[in-house]
Amino acid sequence: MQKFETLSSTAVPLPIENVDTDQIIPARFLKATDKVGFGENLFRDWRYNKDGSVNSGFVLNNATFSGSILVAGENFGCGSSREHAAWALEDYGFKVVISSYFADIFRGNALNNGILPIIIAQEQLNVLLERIQEKPETNFLIDLPNQELVVEDLKIRHKFAIDPYKKMCLINGYDDIDFLISKRDVITAFEEQNA
Amino acid sequence: MKKTLFDKVWDAHVVETIPDGPQILYIDKHLIHEVTSPQAFAELEQRGIPLSRPDRTVATADHNVPTIDQHLTIRDAMSRKQVQMLTENCKKHGVTLYGLGHPYQGIVHVMAPELGITQPGMTMVCGDSHTSTHGAFGTIAFGIGTSQVAQVFASQCLLLNKPKKMRITVNGTLKDNVLPKDVILYIIAKLGTNSGTGHFAEYAGDVFENMSMEGRMTVCNMSIEMGARGGMIAPDETTFNYVKGKEFAPKDADWERKVAYWKTLPTDEGAQFDTEYTFDAEDISPMITFGTNPGMGIKIGEHIPTLADPSFEKALKYMDLEKGQDLVGQTINYVFIGSCTNSRIEDFRIAASQIKGKQKAKNVTALIVPGSQQVAKQIKEEGLQDVFEAAGFEIRQSGCSACLGMNEDKIPAGEYCVSTSNRNFEGRQGPGARTFLASPLVAALTAVEGKIVDVSQMELV
Ligand code: SF4
Repeated sequence: MQKFETLSSTAVPLPIENVDTDQIIPARFLKATDKVGFGENLFRDWRYNKDGSVNSGFVLNNATFSGSILVAGENFGCGSSREHAAWALEDYGFKVVISSYFADIFRGNALNNGILPIIIAQEQLNVLLERIQEKPETNFLIDLPNQELVVEDLKIRHKFAIDPYKKMCLINGYDDIDFLISKRDVITAFEEQNA
Repeated sequence: MKKTLFDKVWDAHVVETIPDGPQILYIDKHLIHEVTSPQAFAELEQRGIPLSRPDRTVATADHNVPTIDQHLTIRDAMSRKQVQMLTENCKKHGVTLYGLGHPYQGIVHVMAPELGITQPGMTMVCGDSHTSTHGAFGTIAFGIGTSQVAQVFASQCLLLNKPKKMRITVNGTLKDNVLPKDVILYIIAKLGTNSGTGHFAEYAGDVFENMSMEGRMTVCNMSIEMGARGGMIAPDETTFNYVKGKEFAPKDADWERKVAYWKTLPTDEGAQFDTEYTFDAEDISPMITFGTNPGMGIKIGEHIPTLADPSFEKALKYMDLEKGQDLVGQTINYVFIGSCTNSRIEDFRIAASQIKGKQKAKNVTALIVPGSQQVAKQIKEEGLQDVFEAAGFEIRQSGCSACLGMNEDKIPAGEYCVSTSNRNFEGRQGPGARTFLASPLVAALTAVEGKIVDVSQMELV
């Protein structure tokens, strides 16, 4: 997993609520047996029209907006547990997703793939979404060690919460498997006790 | 301290608590399928580590498999490759696989309960969000991502923070024609799609106590649609009778010992929940969804609400429906009875009871997709297959099918489908497809009438 400490970037607005993982990556693209290339089909049915032409109305097709931060409406990542959703976001180039609410499984999947999900209050989210629409060049600074989201232009400095263990993993690029394997003895002891 | 059902099962599986961090939770049973496992197997290989407990792992092929001619080679090259990889990986790592053609093959959440793999008091996971189904047995069961599949492969454990606890109580007697599917659609419509986030739910009260195991599975199945990681129902005699005698159920002295333990699992009187909701059974009517998430549901006969909200309007636009409209009389060309929510024998018995001696409407394509080979066999043995065939329904082989349209079973763009599945997301049943979620009773009647009918007003046999 890639290490994550700080990130400075513009952001892409997606002011839609309840974005489910079927929209992030539709089921027909889940047939791959590796993790690469999913970015191409990220938000496939919103990015392209039914006839395969580019939907110029969708934000990812709008050159005004770019950056590795996605700012999305409430309850992002609900629905199917497919980790392909996190792979698609990561492969496309997103490193941070900001929303007022994340579905549990998606949040876990994101963290396991080096994507930082940041939860902020709904009013704060609205402010950010509005700002990006008005001034797409607005820069966001994400400071994971200090757990801060900074928008200098707006004099915004939001503290965000993250599980201390997950924070340690992201900063060091560790994942849960490394940790669990290091715990093999305790696990074996538990198995023997409960056999 | 007084404990809930969830506490009891969770606490019994904690291997270690990391100071200031998550807990290591032991997983009793790991179910896998072709779509979310290949990358996890690859992870093991890259790290050069073995699968820790093949004996606690069970595989089936369900998500992308064709539902016609399963004995032939899968035509779609990528699906074929996924199923082949599952077969090879299972062989290499010593995992039992109920693949295509095996008499136990089926949708993972139909197959495991009917074989007795699912038992009360267990922890179970699968790379599929509807793993919550198994909670019907008083099991902590939840969906995980592929990284977590790899974690369980590597260690038989997961690193988790204990979720909060929520109880949903429904007391009273259900009205006629109200099925378990209506109960859960009603709850989700009332509470919303993220009401359960961060929680594990327990369903309590007369309604669930009086429900069959099939019905309980339907309810727990959709817990994820309100954002909960899972849902549970306390094990009781109904549970024990269902599990008893199943292929992998405990036997003899072991059975007695297990039942004695299972009886200790129900929530202690006075135990605390973080969140509680209570509903009256009498308020629940046959339900149908009108939008693009399962929380957008109304009682059949009610009008679509008038909300000035962009996400709500976007959903109606996708569905080509108007605010204030009622759905009774809406022409429907596709009906799908299947998926891990409603593809068990009881669901097909209900559907057949309404179809017997009738014909499907001319405009309707009606698909019956049994949840497993065993259900398919039972449908045949009970004579239900004849009923469906005589009525012009297509009976397919088992798999996820049009629930997610990964195989050929898709609903064409722009068409409406009354579906017994669990998700009405945009494009879920095929690009541009428009889904109405409902019970198998509503689906069967829709197929016969060719349009949505108000079952709450009907006297049915
Ligand atoms: S039937 Fe549908 S919801 Fe159930 S496991 Fe298959 S794809 Fe998932």
